[in-house]
Amino acid sequence: MKIQCRFFASVREALGASFEEIELPPEVTTVAAVRAYLRQRGGVWDEVLSDKNLLRTAYNQQMCAADTVLTEQCEVAFFPPVTGG
Amino acid sequence: MVVRIQTADFDVGAELAALRSEQPAIGAVVSFVGLVRDINEGAEVSGLELEHYPGMTEQSLQDILSLAAQRWPVMRSLIIHRVGPLLPLDQIVLVAVATRHRGDAFAACEFIMDYLKTRAPFWKKEQTPDGARWVDARESDELASQRWQDAAAAATLSQQGAL
Repeated sequence: MKIQCRFFASVREALGASFEEIELPPEVTTVAAVRAYLRQRGGVWDEVLSDKNLLRTAYNQQMCAADTVLTEQCEVAFFPPVTGG
Repeated sequence: MVVRIQTADFDVGAELAALRSEQPAIGAVVSFVGLVRDINEGAEVSGLELEHYPGMTEQSLQDILSLAAQRWPVMRSLIIHRVGPLLPLDQIVLVAVATRHRGDAFAACEFIMDYLKTRAPFWKKEQTPDGARWVDARESDELASQRWQDAAAAATLSQQGAL
């Protein structure tokens, strides 16, 4: 399955990436699994996406829970808690 | 229900005049303006950069205005949020609500602001004498947002005669 990944704010800055299209292996089926899959790249990916960092996630531009199930060409975003207003 | 994301400043007087225009049933307009402070978490702030998630931002703000309209009889509502580089004294956000009576407008405006703080995808990066830093989310904002859910739960229980 192919998905669009987006990264924002401190996550984007630390990863040096704001967007990436990723081809996932069949066993990666949830937002939490994508996070774990990206951590396997090691280095900053493992560090920034670590479970000890309280990140928020969005699925198709809606805030989502970690167990949200992915769909073909969906958009998944990782970012820190929001600080607008 | 109007949502605007923009880099340009806004004129509160003109926006409120437009919000209440040609609708004689409106009896109350409550507005909130958020500003860039020159100090935060003990450090001098010389400026900040506001990042957002285009697409999701607009939708999440529309959703917040819809939620407010489900809870209070809102006649018109508006959110303008700026993005990009901002300086102390600059306006960041305007939330305005028009209703028949003031109680609904006060409550809806505060609800919208509390939800915006915890649900809309904006992030602030401050310039301080020690360099740039991302602003951390505050627990107090989360608590402010949660109390509306508690209030809704309490109201439901009350209707069911459980409280």
